[in-house]
Amino acid sequence: MINKIVGSMAEAVADLKDGASIMISGFGDAGAPAELIEAVIAHGATDLTIISNNAGAGEVGIAALMKANRVRKVICSFPRQAASHHFDARYRAGEVELELVPQGNLAARIEAAGAGLGAIFTPTGFGTLLAEGKETREIDGRNYVLEYPIHADFALVKARAADRWGNLVYRKVARNFGPIMAMAAKTTIVQVSEIVELGDLDPEAIVTPGIFVNRVVLNSAAATA
Amino acid sequence: MQRMDRTALAARVARDIPEGAYVNLGIGAPTMVGNFLPRDKDIFLQSENGLLGMGPAPAEAEIDWELINAGKQPVTILAGGAYFHHGDSFAMMRGGHIDICVLGAFQVSVHGDLANWHTGAPDAIPAVGGAMDLAIGARQVFVMMDLLTKTGESKLVANCTYPLTGLACVSRVYTDLAVFDVGPQGARVVEMVDGLDLDKLRELTGVDLELA
Repeated sequence: MINKIVGSMAEAVADLKDGASIMISGFGDAGAPAELIEAVIAHGATDLTIISNNAGAGEVGIAALMKANRVRKVICSFPRQAASHHFDARYRAGEVELELVPQGNLAARIEAAGAGLGAIFTPTGFGTLLAEGKETREIDGRNYVLEYPIHADFALVKARAADRWGNLVYRKVARNFGPIMAMAAKTTIVQVSEIVELGDLDPEAIVTPGIFVNRVVLNSAAATA
Repeated sequence: MQRMDRTALAARVARDIPEGAYVNLGIGAPTMVGNFLPRDKDIFLQSENGLLGMGPAPAEAEIDWELINAGKQPVTILAGGAYFHHGDSFAMMRGGHIDICVLGAFQVSVHGDLANWHTGAPDAIPAVGGAMDLAIGARQVFVMMDLLTKTGESKLVANCTYPLTGLACVSRVYTDLAVFDVGPQGARVVEMVDGLDLDKLRELTGVDLELA
């Protein structure tokens, strides 16, 4: 019997290594797996590369990773925002490298990794600073920039509910990067607020099929709230 | 001459959005355009974070932090709305499925180049978000901005000096003093506020202008 459900957040991230690349779902706080990130901080892994839309705001989630100085590099589209002070301080001190990627290219490069593509030609960013030095090509009269997939060792994803095979459904706009990150990482770890029996999720409505998921952990705080 | 304030400008932009349009409103002033879209017409607002059929802000008691817009403000979803992931959301832009987006700008060139993501200041922490995808993806890009900076420099320019967001992507510029069409033919004045004329507008902007 296959059961992808693990007993705790700590167990879910136990095999993290220093230097790992980690995709983290979320658009701001919506869909950010704050409890899994807490477990990463408690684990102690450092020198991490974080791939996410934002670079953390306030005091929890990616901001807490920044504050703990565990991050060597951030690949994201929108690091600077109100209350991104922990990232800002590390960046200005030269302690964290930033690869700024237009949001749609971030999504497309993550999708390319999950789909096994070698590269993509994207129109976004052509003629701008963010495409400087990159190969370009004109195809049918439109200009494109060559961009490579973004892979990761781990994806940390927040979903609403899962079954023991790792099938997932999400909640509202907390879905955001979850489904595409789940496809792109070697190991995908999902925190959910509800675990259901096999067959309880409508196969027509499953957003992420379990093939893309390695571990599921219940966020018991959310489950009892 | 009477400048249009932000509210009047938002209402003016809203008048050019037809029923049936799929529309993305940028963060900041463009978001206000949504307040002036006619409620009795089906206009589909897209939010880059995975929402189509976005409705107005909720009452305090109805706020759900997993139902927010691109500016991370709480919103609602209309009956018939849909959620989707980021890959699909940006395919809607890049794939030409969004009819109109409305963006703010630091500068727009008379040929439709857009600069709205980075001042280029060496100590600035850059952030781009979805601006570049929207700029080159939406079928029509409307810019909404003050015509002049606080120090009186024109934001409609012959060539952008700020780092570009996209090349030749803007079709129309709505400002507090005039509305312009921009593109390969240069800038054309569609309308001006009372008390302004073409010569005065040429003087204010320093760019070549013709009437549309």
